[in-house]
Amino acid sequence: MSNDRTKASEEQIIYANILNKGMWFGLALLVITFIIYISGALPSHVPIEELSKTPPGSEVPYWSMRAHEFNQALNIPTGWGWTALAGKGDYLNFIGIAILAGLTILCYLAILPILIRKKDTPYVIIAILEVAVLALAASGILKVGGH
Amino acid sequence: MLFNKLKTSKTVIPLIIISILAVSAVAVFASTEAVAPPVANSTVAWWVWPLVLFVVTFVLGILAVLGGVGGGVLFVPIVGGFFPFNIDFVRGAGLLVALAGALAAGPGLLKRNLASLRLSLPVALIASSAAIGGAMIGLALKPNVVNILLGATILFIVLIMATAKKSDFPIVPKPDNLSQSLGIMGIYREESLGKDVEWTVHKTPIGLALFVIIGIMAGMFGLGAGWANVPVLNLLMGAPLKISVATSKFLLSITDTSAAWVYLNQGAVLPMIVVPSIVGIMLGSMVGVKILAKAKPKAIKWMVIGLLLFAGLRALLKGLEIWK
Repeated sequence: MSNDRTKASEEQIIYANILNKGMWFGLALLVITFIIYISGALPSHVPIEELSKTPPGSEVPYWSMRAHEFNQALNIPTGWGWTALAGKGDYLNFIGIAILAGLTILCYLAILPILIRKKDTPYVIIAILEVAVLALAASGILKVGGH
Repeated sequence: MLFNKLKTSKTVIPLIIISILAVSAVAVFASTEAVAPPVANSTVAWWVWPLVLFVVTFVLGILAVLGGVGGGVLFVPIVGGFFPFNIDFVRGAGLLVALAGALAAGPGLLKRNLASLRLSLPVALIASSAAIGGAMIGLALKPNVVNILLGATILFIVLIMATAKKSDFPIVPKPDNLSQSLGIMGIYREESLGKDVEWTVHKTPIGLALFVIIGIMAGMFGLGAGWANVPVLNLLMGAPLKISVATSKFLLSITDTSAAWVYLNQGAVLPMIVVPSIVGIMLGSMVGVKILAKAKPKAIKWMVIGLLLFAGLRALLKGLEIWK
């Protein structure tokens, strides 16, 4: 017989519940916004049919360009600059993507009070550090050089 | 008994054949279009590519489940090798594909206490920090260098898959000081034995050091990292196989999150690639799970190894500009 010893901890259950609800919400949003995007119901910053086209002066179509070349060629903002374009069909999709990518931070923040209440100091520190690491990654502060 | 086997074969074999044909057909189609003169605009309507991508990722989703690998490890070399998209966008999509799969599996694994939060949190901190560095390195490197390194990594994964042994219940003579002080241990119900299994880990410092490398590779190539997580957790640190597999899957939801943000912030995410891929892989995985429940086709594992070998060679030769 299984007993209480084999059951998941309180923080593990809370984490799982938030992850589950957030994942389905983000995924559903992603599918809905993608349908809006490909249906053309909202104008796109870069129309989807343009992606396969080769711009003048380039040897490759837009989608074969490196990310930084693509951004330059189509005047696309980096970092959180996409939020200014969230009303466009293509960038509307980024809301669902950002929700899926942001869920883990939310889960960590939700379990922090439980870890503090349990006086689980090492894991409180680990959780705070993880939130800091993910927030740094999400912030857009980090820039990639070498181009 | 024999009748059941025949019945199962009748269900599974056609699906496998269809899967192989689908992958082969789209790979040939995709590579033909991809090597078309780049100066000309694509002759293929834009909607063909997301559709082809959906079909391919659906098949990859089936194969990934049956072959016991994550979707990302198949996605990046195959889509990167045979589709016209730049490797930057493919890696960004690969991370999101692996992330979505991990997010979908995570809640169930955590609730069943197979994925362990106590084991995951320290490991995830190391791996996700390293994945940021990996993502930044990967986006700064030239595409041919990325392809060479990706090809070499995929061939290394093939080697691991073909040779690495797994241990259901590794012996941990004594937990190390670090795992003891962090309380990394647990108990889970092993239904096949009808008893509760207590577990702990050892060699934690070495394991954590290896997760620096795993994190960098996950971020650099957008592969997910289950292929490396499981051997380290299981064979090195001594976690039971079920705990290792489940914790590895859950870990990807944290490791890939940090790298995915870097790709997102650098504009290396195209919804036209990401959404059909996520939906395709997830639907394929659901079908794969149903097929897996009926049979355990070991041959599939070798087919996946063959597919990875091919994709790894393709990436390597593409990087070396031998097979453009």
